[in-house]
Order: sequence, then structure tokens, then C-alpha cells
Amino acid sequence: MRNSKVVTLEEAVKRSGLKDGMTISFHHHFRGGDKVVNLVVDKLAEMGFKNLKLAASSLSDVHKPLIEHIKNGVITGISTSGLRGELADAISHGLLNEPVIFRSHGGRGSAIADGELKIDVAFLGASACDELGNACGVPRSENAKSICGSLGYALPDARYAKHVVVITDDLVAYPNLPAGIRGADVESVVVVESVGDSSKISAGAIRDSKNPRDILLAKQAAKVVINSGYFQDGFSIQTGTGGASLAVVKYIREEMLNRGIKASFALGGITAHMVKLHEEGLIGRLIDVQSFDKVAAESIAKDPSHVEVSSVEYASGVHTGSATHALDIVILSALEVDTQFNVNVLVGSDGIIRGAIGGHQDTAADSALSIIVCPLLRGRIPCVVPKVTTLITPGKSVDVVVTEYGIAVNPARPEIAEKLKAAGLHLVDIKELAAKATAIIGTPDPLPFGDKVVGVVMNRDGSVLDKIYNVK
Amino acid sequence: MMFVPGNNPGMMADAHIYGPDSIMLDLEDSVTMAEKDAARLLVHNALKSIDYGTTEMVVRINPLNTPYGKKDVEAVVKAGVDVIRMPKTETADEVRELEAEILKVETEIGRVGETKIMAAIESALGVVNAYAIATASKRMMGIALGAEDYSANLKTNRTPGGAELLLAREQIVVAARAAGIACFDTVYSNLDDMETFRKEVELIKTLGFDGKSIINPRQIEVVNSVFTPTEKEITKARAVVAAIKEAQAKGSGVISLNGKMVDRPVVLRAERTIALAVAAGVIDKEEVQ
Repeated sequence: MRNSKVVTLEEAVKRSGLKDGMTISFHHHFRGGDKVVNLVVDKLAEMGFKNLKLAASSLSDVHKPLIEHIKNGVITGISTSGLRGELADAISHGLLNEPVIFRSHGGRGSAIADGELKIDVAFLGASACDELGNACGVPRSENAKSICGSLGYALPDARYAKHVVVITDDLVAYPNLPAGIRGADVESVVVVESVGDSSKISAGAIRDSKNPRDILLAKQAAKVVINSGYFQDGFSIQTGTGGASLAVVKYIREEMLNRGIKASFALGGITAHMVKLHEEGLIGRLIDVQSFDKVAAESIAKDPSHVEVSSVEYASGVHTGSATHALDIVILSALEVDTQFNVNVLVGSDGIIRGAIGGHQDTAADSALSIIVCPLLRGRIPCVVPKVTTLITPGKSVDVVVTEYGIAVNPARPEIAEKLKAAGLHLVDIKELAAKATAIIGTPDPLPFGDKVVGVVMNRDGSVLDKIYNVK
Repeated sequence: MMFVPGNNPGMMADAHIYGPDSIMLDLEDSVTMAEKDAARLLVHNALKSIDYGTTEMVVRINPLNTPYGKKDVEAVVKAGVDVIRMPKTETADEVRELEAEILKVETEIGRVGETKIMAAIESALGVVNAYAIATASKRMMGIALGAEDYSANLKTNRTPGGAELLLAREQIVVAARAAGIACFDTVYSNLDDMETFRKEVELIKTLGFDGKSIINPRQIEVVNSVFTPTEKEITKARAVVAAIKEAQAKGSGVISLNGKMVDRPVVLRAERTIALAVAAGVIDKEEVQ
């Protein structure tokens, strides 16, 4: 077609004006199935680039080839929401000279929109794109090879990066509309064999957890939600994807049916569970920054009341119209919670980075009620501790902590404690929980941290919350 | 009573958080020969160091005629177990033999008479001797059916309806009641079939059992819901209890409710209903005193 933007990857890179020292960006909507980061960075290495800064919305196990690129000087800086697997392990041991900058999803969106995180070239994978660059995460032809649903984390990159390259495995006829990534923002389109393995966008098929501890935690969390005062017709909710979080939805659903109340919207990473409640008429709208599984991705493709939002619209702390500001209840998980209600979701009990901030900071801060569901013990690891290894979500944003040994309410929210007590729930002081964990497990040896800073945790307002040191 | 393998520290550490009335740490069938010693040590330490709160702690030991049985008794009595469950009990003599072993260890540590015994009846001979077993020792707190071994011994199979267990169940309830101790039904192993499980719990409650053995925390809710008296039953029981108090206050030997005389069985049933309601936590203990 006239004015086609379709070129090879190498040509797209040349056109972009990318130079050593510049910042490239990626989204992580294909999660464990992502092929774009490795494909592009391999190509950039082959073309001889060095000293590039990689700004991804998140990185996972599948990105371990970056280790070699870091060793060879191709990548010298990373910013991301999360890191997992061998790459995370290597970085925790000091692989990178510059610390990794960790931001929440809302924090990354704001940093891009406000120019704090400047992206020179964004390489954005899409399941369908036309020759002018209108791109989306859902299939638009019979030849579609992939699906990831919402492209929420890619939208700020598409809008604000100096140069945007869409990478697709299904070039469709113009107009590929509606589309989250608008052709007007896109400079080049590259067609590849595959942008991602859609079977790996979720951890597995939708199923109810049979783990008794998850069920216990979920039932307790559901009781907190139901008796919190916020469980009223028209409420809004967000949950994570862990076994307990998914099970909470099941118990809340039963009570919604009992009381005949409906939610106005569900937010965030959208799962098959939420889609089911929406299709049953129990949730009005699904506001989707990322589709956590194939059912959610397929739903956004066909359902006009299941809407895609950018990470800025989702959870920016500085843009007041973001959806988190309208959110009533969020249910979140944690690796550790401390006696000040601070939460760590990023660094493991061994000091190794093994998680992601995600929307944790954002939703905890903006929601009316934030509930952390976290076992007191994971095997021999205490999860309620005197002080978190790494501060990710400040305790002032956290209202309730649900463990299998009792529920702790932040003293800053006495009215919630009163309501839960009146409903007959067993409330405990969070210090008692930490003491119980210590009594059972003992005090773990101090972590073998060195003195090199390997990560910096940003707060969503752009301030520094904490530093992560290398593990010896 | 929730069964927990004695070789699984993870399960032992937090079995009580699910709220079973009692926990049975198992040293017998769920532990392989190679792990018997390690499991014994684990169970000993669990009993000594984990705060199980008010949960009654039971340990199923290996039979005394194996190389492990006596060591099991020593380890768990020293750790302060509430109840020793004796597997495959067939005669009253076996109970007395266990009692002697317990006494030996208790005397050594100066804690005489604290350890109770529960006998599992798992054979035709055991069923025939149920009453003798139930009355073999003052330490006997209950008898329980072990259905897998029992049905194998009968040369039959377990069925969803449990017809093969009917006589044994009735015999055990009758023996326990005659002896004035508790009785517990066998486990149901198919965790994916909660409907059949519920029917079985309803059946054994009707037969008169005090409780059900379970193998997974997910089964607790079903057992509790079947055994917890309904609001209607509690209201009726409260009325009976109130009538008793009224009669006592008047110094009258005859209890009447709504103009009718209340028979003794009705009184007993009402008291059991209240006791079950208190145990299930649906009414306060103080409230009924």
C-alpha cells in the first residue's frame, strides 16, 4: 500500500536513529511467552550497538539471554517493574554495574508521561497491525498467530517514545481499528514469524485452588471484604492472580449473589474469574491494563464493556483521573509484611530479586481498602517480619493483613477494625503475628548482602523508597 | 479428628489453623519403614514445640508387636501427648499392654495418668470384642473404626453407601455408649467427592457417632456443618434447659414444657445439642451456664 511503514527489523533500527547510550523499551504482555525482547536485543547486538538502556514494563525467566548481552556491554542499564529467574539472580549477584530502577506500573506510566523516563525507541509487540501501524493485542484475521489482550503497558511507550517500532506476527489490512497503539504514533512496522507464545501468558488454566491454606486465606479475606463497609452495591475491586486471590473472588461472588449486589467495575490485571463474574452480570465493566490469561484476552477482543487502558489511566499517582482513584477494594499478595505494615513483593528471603512491584504500590495507595493476603509462614520462611528486606509499598497504604493465624488491621484504620470485630472476626496485633512466626521458626540469619547497590526502588511519585544490595 | 502424616513437618506445623477438634499425627501407615525413626523424632518435637492451642493432640503409634511401637509410646508420652491411638486393636489385653507401657514412661517422668488411649478397631475380631476393648482401661477415651483394614478382613470392598460397614459402625457406637466413652468414624478418602462425603457424615451422625476422622482440612467444614445443631434445634434445646432450671428453682422433680412433661431422654438430647453448639462455637459457653 502507499505510505506503508513495513520494513525489516534492521531497517527499522536504522531509521530510528538509535545510537549507543540510548534507551529502548518493551512491554511484557506476553509474559513468559515473550519473544520480542530477545529478538530485538539479539539484532541490536549483531548490529554492534553498545551501552543501551533497556526500559521494560517487566522482565521474566524467558529473558535470560540478556545476561550475555549485559556481559558483552550491549545492555548497561535496566528499568523495569519486575525481574525473575536467572537474569534476576545474576543481577542480584552484581552482574550490572548500574542499579536496576524498579518502578510500579503506575509509576512507570507517569515517569514516561512526565519525561522522567525518556524512551528513544520503543519496540512493541502486537498480535495484529496494519501497514500504517495501528496495532492491538487481539487477533484481527484468520491468520492471527498470537493473542495477549490489553496492551496497556505499551500505550505510554507508543505515545511518548521518540520513535516507535511495532513488531507483529500478523500484518492485517488497513484499517486495524479500534487499536490501542495508533498509527499516528508509529514510525515503522516489522513483521516477524512470532511475537509471543500465547499459551504462556498465564500460569495455567483457570481452576479453583485446592490448597487448604489458600482456601483458608481466601475465606478470611472474603470475610474482611464483606464486612469492611465497602461491600455495597456499585463497589469496585481488584485482585491479584495467586491461588488465594482467585479463590477470594469465588467467595465474594457467593455473597454478591446472596445479597443481590453488583460491582461497578473490576480493575487491573483481568483474569478469567473476573470475566466470568462480568458475563454473569455481577460486574459492570472490566478495566483492563493487562489480560492475565487467554480467557481475559479473548473477552477484551469481543466485549465492548471490557476496556483497554494505559498504565497511566490505570494507576498513575500524579494523573488524577487514573482508575485506581475510583477503586474501592484491592486484594494483594506479599512476600513479606512487617510490623509497620510495610510490604515487600520484590526481594526474596534469600536476598535475591524474584518478583515485581506491578500495581502494588499504586493500588494500595489509592484504593479505599487495601488487603494483603499473606501466609505467616512459607515452609521455613517467616512472611510477617519485624522489618521487610526491601520496602516496596509503605505501610501507610496498607489497611488489613490477612494470615492463616489471624487478621491484623492497621491502627490507622480503627473504623475498619471495629467493623471486623463486630462481625466476629479474630483480630490480632501484627506484632503478635511476627512474634508467632519467630517463635515457630526462630530468627533467620542476616542476609549475605554486599555493599554494591544493584537495584533502586522508586515510589510512584518519583522519590526513592529503598535500595537493593548485591548478594555475596 | 484430622490425620496428619508424622513425616511431614510442613503439615504438622500448621494443621491446627484449620480448626479441627483434634489432630492425629500418624507414625503408622503413612510413614514408611525407612522413616519410622525420623518421624518419631519429628512428632516428638512437634508436640513439644508447636503451640496447638486447645486442639486435642493424638498420635497413632505403630503396633506394640513391631520394633517401633514401644519407642513410639516413649517418645510421645514424654512429649506430653493427650491421646495415644492404638492401631488394629483386637483384644482388651492389647489395651492393657499399652496401658502398662504408658504407665512405665509416665512414672519415669512423673506424669502418671495423663495419657489417654483411643483404640482403633480394624478387624472382625476387634468388632466382636468392641465392648471389652472399650472397657479395658480407665484411660480409654474412645474407640474408632478403621474401615480399610476391616473391609479387607471381611473379604469385601468399600462401597459409597457403606453397607459393608453397617454392623461394625453400630457395634462400635453401642460399645462406646455402654462403656461411656466416645466413638469416631473412619476416614473418607475421595477429596473430589464432597457430596458422598457429606452423606456419609450424615449417616454416621444418625448412627450416633461423636465425630469423623478426616484426611484433609477441606473436609472440616462439611463435618462441622453436619454436626452443628441447627438454629431450630438449639432454640428447642434452650427451652428444655430453661424448663429444667425452672423446675429446679421450684424444687419440682417434674419438668414441663408447653404444658407437657419432659422425659429424661429429651433432657439428655437437649443437653447434647447445647454441648455440640458450644463445641461448634455457635453459642457461648458462658451463655449456657
